[in-house]
Amino acid sequence: MTLATSGALPETSSFSHDDAAHPKLTLANYWACFKGIVWREVLRFLHQTERFFSALVRPLVWLFIFAAGFRTVLGVSIIPPYETYVLYEEYVTPGLVGMILLFNAMQSSLSMVYDRETGTMRTLLVSPFPRSFLLLSKLLGGVAVALLQVFAFLAVAYFWSIQPPPLTELKLFTAYETPEFLPQILGSIKEPIVYSFFQVPSFLQPVMGYLTIIPALVVAGLMLGSLALFMSSVIKQLENFAGVMNFVIFPMFFASSALYPLWRIKESSPLLFEICRFNPFSYCVELIRFAFYGYVDVTSLIIVTACTIFFLAAAVYAYNPSKGLIGRRGGPGGGA
Amino acid sequence: MSQPHSSSTDALLVHDVSHSFGSHVVLDHVSLNVPQGKFAVLLGLNGAGKSTLFALVTRLYDNVTGEIKILGYDVRRRPTEALQRLGVCFQSRAIDPDLSLFQNLLYHAALHGIGGKEAKTRATAALEKVVMGDRAHSKVRTLSGGQARRVEIARSLMHRPGLLLLDEPTVGLDIGSRESVINIVRALVKQEQLGVLWATHLFDEVALDDHVILLHKGRVLYTGAVPGLLTQTGSASISEAFRKLTGTTAALEAA
Repeated sequence: MTLATSGALPETSSFSHDDAAHPKLTLANYWACFKGIVWREVLRFLHQTERFFSALVRPLVWLFIFAAGFRTVLGVSIIPPYETYVLYEEYVTPGLVGMILLFNAMQSSLSMVYDRETGTMRTLLVSPFPRSFLLLSKLLGGVAVALLQVFAFLAVAYFWSIQPPPLTELKLFTAYETPEFLPQILGSIKEPIVYSFFQVPSFLQPVMGYLTIIPALVVAGLMLGSLALFMSSVIKQLENFAGVMNFVIFPMFFASSALYPLWRIKESSPLLFEICRFNPFSYCVELIRFAFYGYVDVTSLIIVTACTIFFLAAAVYAYNPSKGLIGRRGGPGGGA
Repeated sequence: MSQPHSSSTDALLVHDVSHSFGSHVVLDHVSLNVPQGKFAVLLGLNGAGKSTLFALVTRLYDNVTGEIKILGYDVRRRPTEALQRLGVCFQSRAIDPDLSLFQNLLYHAALHGIGGKEAKTRATAALEKVVMGDRAHSKVRTLSGGQARRVEIARSLMHRPGLLLLDEPTVGLDIGSRESVINIVRALVKQEQLGVLWATHLFDEVALDDHVILLHKGRVLYTGAVPGLLTQTGSASISEAFRKLTGTTAALEAA
């Protein structure tokens, strides 16, 4: 028996595959590629309705049960960005938004390990675009999915009377304090620096809090996504992902300012306080929290941006076939 | 080892490429070529190094020795130009089961910087080419193995490559699907002047006018026309020639 025979196919026009058919990649090509990757991530998410609902239920359970139960136990005093006492539900909401970003990033990491095991990742990696661009686009696709989840959560929270206040102006905020050994030279700065830089038009004021968190969500989502991307290169098998839950997600979430203010943690455990201060997730939460109230928390922004650059560089390195960690143990696309 | 007849118009040129995993040498000074408009069969047992060679050509692994050129573009020095001209079907199915055929093709077009109407036009044409136009909006998970493989071939044509790599594309397919897939690819070679590198361990997928490359334990034992292989080994069939060159027994087709 031989299968090696020519068969009849519909006569379709021949195509050219010479240089003219493959011109140099332009910005329009990059844009088409970026849009395509983001579109696929969003489409996949919308097709997976169970994933959407489980992503929504998790923070809502925390909000409706945990936060409601702890309302009377955990009072939150007036600390920036709050200008008055707030209910615990209001305090914990930015933390739950951070939780959505964190779980979404780890879900992306899980799906990348799965893609690598099944070989789907190779389709992405044999694209002619630079690998760093492809990975960044995939990250932003993940952030777009996270934004959908966050706003679905905030829409439900709105009916629980958790809304950002109307914002009249946008302000820069930094909690900089002069180090104790320097006041003779610089003068002592003990109060946070607040600098107003934008007056919000009156028609935007009621919804401005929802708009100001978008950049914060993008930056925080990119940082967590970059971390997850790097982890996906380190995790050898899907089965190892349970370890990620125990050693990354839970410690990052609980040892942060998501559920309780850092000053409260400091009162009970100075060591835990220091751990929380070194946890980049704390700064993601604070960036989002301040953004809700119209502040750009400069310290958090700098730390989150720096961590994003570091994690993204590590992920690009890991996925680089000539240098990366994956290439040494069987290729970034897996299974080849 | 036979030296490939290199030419500036080769769809694929591999010259003196070696690759190891730790101390295990998977490819040992491999040289081969695939002329444009030619169906080349990379014939080798499981573990011969076929998939590793594919991973090097597609830049999933980095080739640190020798050189690999796709239509004259070195994959290491000019990866963008090289990958623009490369279409590939991996051994395991690498297509999103939750998306429709059309959506998968649009996604692939985007990965090559093609969007908008152009992508839709090409996706429609590519599906017609593999006789899957009527299933364009079905989800991939509803397709049979052979149909999914045809979609992967359609997808790999979206960006009009000059070289098409297929890594054991008929594995797991029934006889009808195998015939359909191989016929489609052979027709594409004629219609589109594609260079095709078809990796397989099945002798019945080799035709008399194919360019054949025999890879065994990471080394190329023969590269050239099928009649030349038969003459050189004094064999009546490809399987006999293979056994004589490799010293293996007749269990190949069952492998």
